[in-house]
Amino acid sequence: MTGQPPLLLSCRGLTVSYGKMAAVRGVDLDIRQGEVVTIVGPNGAGKTSLLSALMGLLPCTGAVSYFGGAAGAPPPVETLVAQGVALIPETRELFGPMSVEDNLRLGAFDRWRRGARDLDAMLADVYATFPRLGERRRQEAGTLSGGERQMLAMGRALMGRPRLLMMDEPSLGLAPLIIKEIFRLIASLRERNVAILLVEQNARAALRIADHGYVMETGEFVLQGPTADLIRNDRVIETYLGIAGAEPPPDGR
Amino acid sequence: MSAFIAGYLVQDGLASGALYTLLALAIVLVFALTRVVLIPQGEFVSYAALTYALLIERRTPGTILILLLLIVLTIAVEAGRGLLRGGLRTRLVAALRASVLPLAAAALAYGASLVALPAIAYALVAVVLVAAMGPLLYRLVYEPIAHASVLVLLIVSVALHLVLVELGLFVFGPGGARTEPLIGWSLSLGGVPVAAQSLAIYATSALVVLVLYVLSERTLYGKALRAAAINATGARLMGISAAMAGRIAFLLAAIIGAITGVLVSSVTMIYYDTGFLLGLKGFVAAIMGGLISYPLAAVGAIGLGVMESFAAYFASAFKEAIVFSLIIPILFWRSLATFRLTDDEE
Ligand SMILES: Nc1ncnc2c1ncn2[C@@H]1O[C@H](COP(=O)(O)OP(=O)(O)OP(=O)(O)O)[C@@H](O)[C@H]1O
Ligand SMILES: [Mg+2]
Repeated sequence: MTGQPPLLLSCRGLTVSYGKMAAVRGVDLDIRQGEVVTIVGPNGAGKTSLLSALMGLLPCTGAVSYFGGAAGAPPPVETLVAQGVALIPETRELFGPMSVEDNLRLGAFDRWRRGARDLDAMLADVYATFPRLGERRRQEAGTLSGGERQMLAMGRALMGRPRLLMMDEPSLGLAPLIIKEIFRLIASLRERNVAILLVEQNARAALRIADHGYVMETGEFVLQGPTADLIRNDRVIETYLGIAGAEPPPDGR
Repeated sequence: MSAFIAGYLVQDGLASGALYTLLALAIVLVFALTRVVLIPQGEFVSYAALTYALLIERRTPGTILILLLLIVLTIAVEAGRGLLRGGLRTRLVAALRASVLPLAAAALAYGASLVALPAIAYALVAVVLVAAMGPLLYRLVYEPIAHASVLVLLIVSVALHLVLVELGLFVFGPGGARTEPLIGWSLSLGGVPVAAQSLAIYATSALVVLVLYVLSERTLYGKALRAAAINATGARLMGISAAMAGRIAFLLAAIIGAITGVLVSSVTMIYYDTGFLLGLKGFVAAIMGGLISYPLAAVGAIGLGVMESFAAYFASAFKEAIVFSLIIPILFWRSLATFRLTDDEE
């Protein structure tokens, strides 16, 4: 392929260990500008560990390069945030006793500190995307419902205007209608040239929206390729999509 | 005891209580953001009081020397780390950048000691000089061990306290100092004479509390600090680093300690080690708030001040003994309350 968009993230041989146990073993991963890349895999495969390491939250070995820079150990979180990397962690990490609006504003803290003064416009954007947050802007984040909390985590990350956004299970526990909304948002972010690394249990939706997919099992990528190919892969169909790509099971998963 | 004496003791106790409140707030703030129990909080008080007293006498305060020492150490440590682990240039640049404002503060204090200024200007200079030490101390002492346990941080605090007291003895000598109140007159409230200096202490303390409140509720930096105290990981993901939060916490603690020092120097004689006892009372008040609650810490501090004032009247020789032993049942009660709290959470 020629004229590919630039690489925003490239990691080689990334390994994350908890004590002696390696949760991620020598993983290679590339994300290009404006690309949606998804990682699917069963519980405990090491997806969250991988994202945390890529965000500089967990110590790891291997070489990672961000935005075409030098490859090495990931820099500290704060450096990555300043460069335009954001993570919506599985645990959300909201500021519970603070209001929804304060949580959102803090999402733009790093840009604000470096002179950005577009917070009000960005807030209006987020409220337009998630009207529920607008209705509850004065409510404490800790008292939000599970779904509202996810929206807040996502809105907060958007306030930082990331160039590379990593999402850990954004649809977890959400109603189908809101899941649809979130996937629509992911598509619109791609149009704005934001690269997305998406970890999802909802493999069907994730593979449908992503350009490239990785299948992770017990710390390793066992399969990877363009999602168009993965969707037709027998093993993927059997394990993650249900028999022969049939309708999703009754509970929506 | 007549109502008159009681009234007098209360107004006196409120003044001490206001000062303890400031110290308690600083200790709670620092603990919330860094898990450091700031035993050296009292040194900010002594340093500022003695600096202020020296400036009024138009003498060059030795505090400048201590500040310069901290600057040199900061640069040396960063250089050493750079040589050992690489990144010498960026580390040196960072250290030099961190030294610019403290150097300016040192120069300002030196300049101020050469010219005649109103007392309030000397007070401000003393606060600025001591404030400059806060972030440098955090950088030098606590930042490298930010992940250590609370106990290790506490032990380091005790060590730092001892070092700072020795440095204080070295630059200020063993003699004490007391300053004239900024405002000399007094007035009568319902027959009880209240020194205007006490009013100044109430007003300044209230102002400091108000400013802290506005900063934390109304500014994004203040919210960022609260966020860092609530959820460190979440804050880091927003680019709010623990190091930044720690430096700002120490800056605020140093400013608050210094303001307390300037105020207290007109009320009592201050020696190089007097701050410790004041800081200890602030600490006790902070404990009453469980080291986490600002309002409870303030209530504790004011109660402590009034209690102390009455103890001084009835048995002045045993003042400290009475105050600290009255604290035991209160702490006992508090710890029961805390246990109940954790039980509920389970
Ligand atoms: N802090 C930790 N200490 C020890 N082991 C851990 C720790 N965090 C995760 N693990 C282990 O590492 C493995 C990978 O965990 P991880 O959270 O990365 O999985 P995951 O793919 O995100 O799973 P899920 O889909 O359930 O979120 C698991 O076996 C988990 O038990
Ligand atoms: Mg996970």
